[in-house]
Amino acid sequence: MPNVSMTVNGKQVSGEVEGRTLLSTFIRETLDLTGTHIGCDTSQCGACVIHVNGQSVKSCSMLALQADGADVTTIEGLAAGDQMHPMQEAFRDCHGLQCGFCTPGMVMSAVDLLQHNPDPTDHEIREWLEGNICRCTGYHNIVKAVKQAAGAMKGQAAAAE
Amino acid sequence: MSATGIGASVKRKEDKRFLTGQGNYTHDIDRPNQTYAYILRSPMAHATIKSVGVDAAKGAPGVVAVFTGADMAEIGGIPCGWGVNNKDGSPMNEPKHPVLAEGKVRHVGDPIAVVIAETYEQAKDAAEMIELDLEELPAVIDMEKAISGSGALVHDDAPDNLCYDWELGDEAEVDAEFKNAAHVVSIDVTNNRLIPNAMEPRAAIGEFDKATGEYTLYTTSQNPHVIRLLMGAFVLSLPEHKLRVVAPDVGGGFGSKIYHYAEEAIVTWAAPRVGRPIKWVAERSEAFMSDAHGRDHITHADLALDAEGKFLGLKVYTKANMGAYLSTFSTCVPTYLHATLLAGVYTTPKIYSEVKAIFTNTVPVDAYRGAGRPEATYLLERLVSKAAWELGIDQVEIRRKNFIPKDAFPYQTPVALQYDSGDYEASLDAALKLADYDGFPARKEEAAKRGKLRGIGFSTYVEACGIAPSAVVGSLGARAGLFESANVRVHPTGSVSIFTGSHSHGQGHETTFAQLVSETLGIPIDNVDIVHGDTNKVAFGMGTYGSRSLAVGGEAIMKALGKVTDKAKKIAAHILEASEADIEFKDGKFTVAGTDKEMAFGEIALAAYVPHNFPHDQLEPGLEEQAFYDPMNFTYPGGCHICEVEIDPDTGVVEVVGMTAVDDVGRVINPMIVEGQIHGGLAQGIGQALLETCVYDEDGQLVTGSYMDYCMPRADNLPDFKAATTETLCAHNSLGVKGCGEVGAIGSPPSVINAVLDALRDRGVTDISMPATPQKVWQALRAAEMPAAAE
Repeated sequence: MPNVSMTVNGKQVSGEVEGRTLLSTFIRETLDLTGTHIGCDTSQCGACVIHVNGQSVKSCSMLALQADGADVTTIEGLAAGDQMHPMQEAFRDCHGLQCGFCTPGMVMSAVDLLQHNPDPTDHEIREWLEGNICRCTGYHNIVKAVKQAAGAMKGQAAAAE
Repeated sequence: MSATGIGASVKRKEDKRFLTGQGNYTHDIDRPNQTYAYILRSPMAHATIKSVGVDAAKGAPGVVAVFTGADMAEIGGIPCGWGVNNKDGSPMNEPKHPVLAEGKVRHVGDPIAVVIAETYEQAKDAAEMIELDLEELPAVIDMEKAISGSGALVHDDAPDNLCYDWELGDEAEVDAEFKNAAHVVSIDVTNNRLIPNAMEPRAAIGEFDKATGEYTLYTTSQNPHVIRLLMGAFVLSLPEHKLRVVAPDVGGGFGSKIYHYAEEAIVTWAAPRVGRPIKWVAERSEAFMSDAHGRDHITHADLALDAEGKFLGLKVYTKANMGAYLSTFSTCVPTYLHATLLAGVYTTPKIYSEVKAIFTNTVPVDAYRGAGRPEATYLLERLVSKAAWELGIDQVEIRRKNFIPKDAFPYQTPVALQYDSGDYEASLDAALKLADYDGFPARKEEAAKRGKLRGIGFSTYVEACGIAPSAVVGSLGARAGLFESANVRVHPTGSVSIFTGSHSHGQGHETTFAQLVSETLGIPIDNVDIVHGDTNKVAFGMGTYGSRSLAVGGEAIMKALGKVTDKAKKIAAHILEASEADIEFKDGKFTVAGTDKEMAFGEIALAAYVPHNFPHDQLEPGLEEQAFYDPMNFTYPGGCHICEVEIDPDTGVVEVVGMTAVDDVGRVINPMIVEGQIHGGLAQGIGQALLETCVYDEDGQLVTGSYMDYCMPRADNLPDFKAATTETLCAHNSLGVKGCGEVGAIGSPPSVINAVLDALRDRGVTDISMPATPQKVWQALRAAEMPAAAE
């Protein structure tokens, strides 16, 4: 079986995989990073969104081998130690999660939105998150959380300047 | 109000683990040396199993074992939890529901064999090698055809595919009201079949410990004790003390994870046979064809009114799809959770309801968020709006005219239930204000300028939840009691573990229940842990469904907390050398009335475990109490949902531009969580009304078998919600709580469809079915324009 190596959450990792092994499976089964969830088999639900080389990706839509040499961040790598990322904080603050299953993918996707668009409108947030299905919240509080995180991150950026 | 007590929007204790990827769902659990199961399912809706050739699969790489229905024939079938009688008093038809198919398959997805292998991929590959010889039989999909007497039989021992033919009320008595009526308004509605789609697919891990003879099942369940009882006692004949069921973090349920499923029994039964743990995780496409579906009613209803628009009588005839087998609570949904709600919020004096439950070659149908109550609310609120339009009465006025007045509680309905409290005018008034009803004509006019048809729709509803008084449901055929248990364990240094039989799969129990403890004992919320989801930790539990967690599970906690404070007072009296009657407990402090003597809760806790001078004949050491709570009645949340839509007449696209919900859920413990529950329910209600439906073709193939085909509500399909609460307290529990988990999904669908019809009625459209897709709306508009052309 071929070997694959990549950086995940800042650590160099490698492992043997089958050619057909999905990146999502490699992350969950080989690396035991179970925060990345599998909610469907048609790349529709978005529970498995991670960042590959800084971009949000549905990790079920890539083979593990395609990520050879990539820099990967999963939900486990988003917080700085005990300090949650402003997006994570905002989701908690706005009650943007209930059962928590879609949450990792939703948060990773939302973080990438703000990389592309630091000040999105409600409409832009809803359009961006169209590929992440949540069955619990009705999205209202998720939209609120993303807006709040955008505000917090702008504040942080201003303070850093 | 304290910052962490009753009424505070405390941020959730469970969130950090979910937000950082530390949740522990069944799929995340790996047991040492585990194997993986793949279930081979029927590709046909109805067929005779001629043979299942497993030899090649058994020899495939990595395969540990293959089992078929023949191997499991000695075990029991999956039981149904509720018996319903026919009109003549005879019991319902209850065919066997085998764990693995025996002789026939009866729906696409019916499990036929299980392959257990070293890896999931190997199990799945080997399943391809099973030689399946099925002789296809005609499938029965349509309910009308199923009971026509001319089609195939799903079960040879269920004539006309009838499970039961049940009634509530006296048809002749209601007919008499109709003779005096000035108007009769009739409606035919379909409550579309839905696929629950909790985001976490079901999963199960079976394990057997040879040394102790104990089985463990990890499963995605809303009620692990119920699974232990159903699977242990009825399917596998395993005693409770040798069977542990763990439901760890569960990623949403909405009803679909109440039931005992075949896969749970398969992995538990097979674990000792392969001598290793067995893990099964559903793929989403499997979930579509094996999770119990919801709704699926066809109803005809007639409403009799006097000349002023007062309701005189109601007759409702429903056909309810049971699918191929009876799932755990399937039989009570169209009867005791549906027909008993047909009074709604109105004073209709005479009501008759008939329900025929029908077998078809489809996935079993059972409770899905709301369960029976959305179906009742939908037909009733559609009918009320239709009556208003036909009689030329205002939508709001016809409702007000027929409301049960707020001073009429307790109110005995003609359909068995006695509502304990409510104020329907209050929630209607609040909703009208929040939705800016007065501004609607101007908004409609403005929309018309943009070429859009704007409509407003109402739903004023009541539901029965907090399920349920054991005595009542027992007399109606439930084969279980529906109480809840709680155990309060005060540790020596004053922290508290609460063991609850309720189960949280998104509802936030770890926070809301901790607020009850923080408030009652006056201790910091961080000193409280809520333990749930493990039959080896929690004494007993009936689980979470029917919006029962707070109203039943929370009350059990309150009862146990009461016992703890009673005992703590005894300890305080002893130590402070006072009479027990003089001990007061407030804000976490025990004081002797009229003195400055006091002890903090933590000091009492420590004393309880360091009882150096306790009078042991009067005072036991320790501080731990258990309680079981069985409610006196259902609880009756109610409210008003107002939907506003804009329709593009050229495309038929319906946009929800306003969704207002004012719900009376009794006392609110955590407003943030309650609002979140309502939002989620509204999303599912709008989903049912506009987007979601399960489609089978006439051969019984599931057409909507993936997220590519089944239209889940996504972020860009839904509006911001306006949600608020009014409050009348539940009259029969100490907290005054009613339950909030289902109200959104119960109240909202008719408000959406009534809004669509309000928008379309100027164009001559008088009916549309759920989901009101662009195609249906467009066709309805064209048909109204040119009746002949659209055919």
